[in-house]
Amino acid sequence: MKELSVENLHVTIADQEIVRGLTLRVPRGEVHALMGPNGSGKSTLAKVLAGHPDYQVTKGKVMMDGENLLELEPDERARRGLFMAFQYPSEVPGVTIANFLRAAIQSRLPEGEELEATDYYAKLYEKMELLGMDRSFTSRAVNEGFSGGEKKRTEILQLAMLEPKYAVLDETDSGLDIDALKTVAHGVNSLRGPDLGVLLITHYQRLLNYIIPDHVHVMVAGRIVRSGRKELALELEERGYDWAREGAAEPVLR
Amino acid sequence: MKTETSAVDINRNIGDFAYPEVHVRDAGAGLSEKTIHYISDVKEDPDWVREYRLRGLKTFLEKPLPTHWASKDLEAIDFDKIRYYLSPGTAAKRSWDEVPEDIKRTFERLGIPEQERKFLAGVEAQFDSEAVYSNIKKAVGEQGVIFVGSTEGLKNHPEIFRKWFGKVIPIGDNKFSALNSAVFSGGSFIYVPPGVKVKHPLQAYFRINAENFGQFERTLIIADEGSEVTYMEGCTAPKFNTTTLHSAVVELVALKGAKIQYITVQNWSANVFNLVTKRGLAHENAEVKWIDCNIGSRLTMKYPSVIMKGRKARGEVLSIALANDGQHQDTGAKMIHAADETTSNIISKSISIGKGRATYRGLVHVPKHLKNCKNNTECDALLINATSRTDTYPAITVRGTGNAVQHEASVSQVSAEQIFYMQQRGLTEAQAMSLSVNGFVNDLVRQFPMEYSVELKRLIELEMEGSVG
Ligand SMILES: Nc1ncnc2c1ncn2[C@@H]1O[C@H](COP(=O)(O)OP(=O)(O)OP(=O)(O)O)[C@@H](O)[C@H]1O
Ligand SMILES: [Mg+2]
Repeated sequence: MKELSVENLHVTIADQEIVRGLTLRVPRGEVHALMGPNGSGKSTLAKVLAGHPDYQVTKGKVMMDGENLLELEPDERARRGLFMAFQYPSEVPGVTIANFLRAAIQSRLPEGEELEATDYYAKLYEKMELLGMDRSFTSRAVNEGFSGGEKKRTEILQLAMLEPKYAVLDETDSGLDIDALKTVAHGVNSLRGPDLGVLLITHYQRLLNYIIPDHVHVMVAGRIVRSGRKELALELEERGYDWAREGAAEPVLR
Repeated sequence: MKTETSAVDINRNIGDFAYPEVHVRDAGAGLSEKTIHYISDVKEDPDWVREYRLRGLKTFLEKPLPTHWASKDLEAIDFDKIRYYLSPGTAAKRSWDEVPEDIKRTFERLGIPEQERKFLAGVEAQFDSEAVYSNIKKAVGEQGVIFVGSTEGLKNHPEIFRKWFGKVIPIGDNKFSALNSAVFSGGSFIYVPPGVKVKHPLQAYFRINAENFGQFERTLIIADEGSEVTYMEGCTAPKFNTTTLHSAVVELVALKGAKIQYITVQNWSANVFNLVTKRGLAHENAEVKWIDCNIGSRLTMKYPSVIMKGRKARGEVLSIALANDGQHQDTGAKMIHAADETTSNIISKSISIGKGRATYRGLVHVPKHLKNCKNNTECDALLINATSRTDTYPAITVRGTGNAVQHEASVSQVSAEQIFYMQQRGLTEAQAMSLSVNGFVNDLVRQFPMEYSVELKRLIELEMEGSVG
């Protein structure tokens, strides 16, 4: 089965259980939105999928296209097709976007094969244009001194360049002005297709007007409490998270 | 294993091999007047050199180890166990074909003859104590440029050699310059006539092959008025369990309006004590620029200096030091302003990995009576692990009015979040580290000649691969 699947996942950090029995499936080709109050564990889930070493998985399974992700190092997961756009992207001082992406793409090539420079730059410029980024950005160090919006755009640029099978976008919309939101949404939409599964973490229904999800999940206190079609997001906006909690199959800890 | 050959070979793996010794001349272990006479006899030194050596020995024995400010690790050097002179007993050859087979193979493995064909104006290859090969492109030689081993320079060009030898760095400058003065052998002698601009670099390659050995090359470069020259040195040694000592003295003289650029790539194995004295003298409007990269060794102590003696002279030190686990890079720069309107620039970047330790020592001296002198000093340290260490000791004495100094220092650390971010894009931990280190040195490396910066990046990658996981 071509899907990113999480089954009964439990995650602890600093002796605190943050994710408590979460189950979720994102088939390749679909876009799933994940919403939930602050501190409910959305970013924790994203980082665990990507293999962040600080989080401890105490129980559960995470599979990507039938392969156990939990056994793999973060970079192996990435090279096999998992991408995460960070809520708070790190700076990489002195390393230009062009060099960074080049190294990232090179790491996916078989040993001994060299990335063709002209093709690479052609593609890079094409994607930058798609995202409304100035070419001069390629020579700036990754995220160094970037505005919040520029960082988010750079995350999507990397997504476009690395062509993953699954992408987890953690609040890529926050910090974007309305025009930038449209551009980034346009960028993500242009990547949509049968070969990409997306887990879109957001607080705002607004984004979902531009990137229309196939499914919407609501996460509260480390668990999915409701799942539905795109209308769920609207309903959630009207009724709030208390309503979502009430709908949970089992009582949810607050 | 890499198979391609490199411009300046600093690949640790490539350097780590040794052929059986082929030495005919061996001064034996330990240091005494007898050792000096042995060396002087073998080299057929003129009397003044023999006397100079004896004075060097005396000063060396009198001076204490500088452990009151430097590392106590110096005490681990057993001067009685070291062999001070080893050579095959033949003069340096002008053609690789004439170089003894084993030695030739060594340099072929290091890629030297190939680089010579590709982009160098001349090459000298030193094996233990003596140059085994030295050659200069015909066109360059015809301009009157001299590029030979120091032994040959002393023999064939005594008038220039004697005039400048020991004038920039006196015997008693420090304990190790005294040691070098006593037992020096090998190194380069270069003279560039007035107005001659040597387009391509001259390169020397210093190879230590023998165990329990000390290499004491002595380099003297004189750029006559208005001339220009770039010199590159590379060094390697195999990994022995015993101590190896490398203690060179390098003197540069840039006469009026001349420019000397001296580039070092040091890739010593982790058993080498690398204690080197380097100083340049810049006359009026002349420029001395040191590009100094220290990778490997157990302890490196090296502070390239420039004495700006003439009006408008310029001095520059650009340095990178990488201290891996168990290594101590104690490096820096000294800028002595001795005339009006002189300017100096120091940019030093150090990287400490694991328990590696990087120390920066700087000295900028501008006396009171001078006018319109400028210095800029920047030293940045990058710590890779929580156990890594860096120390900075800048000493700036600037007096008088109208002199300007600017000093900036920074310490940064590669954060775990940064590494995770990079890994999420597909880079292994080692690749992420080495890219971070490259990012740290990038703006400095951009000022280096091309062949050199490519190699430096590759070496950093190798070091990082070896130090992670
Ligand atoms: N490294 C950590 N150490 C301690 N607590 C942590 C750590 N990381 C996350 N937490 C805690 O886990 C909980 C979930 O955090 P997480 O960032 O996953 O929430 P979120 O759903 O992404 O919230 P937001 O919508 O504000 O981004 C929070 O209470 C947070 O403080
Ligand atoms: Mg979050």
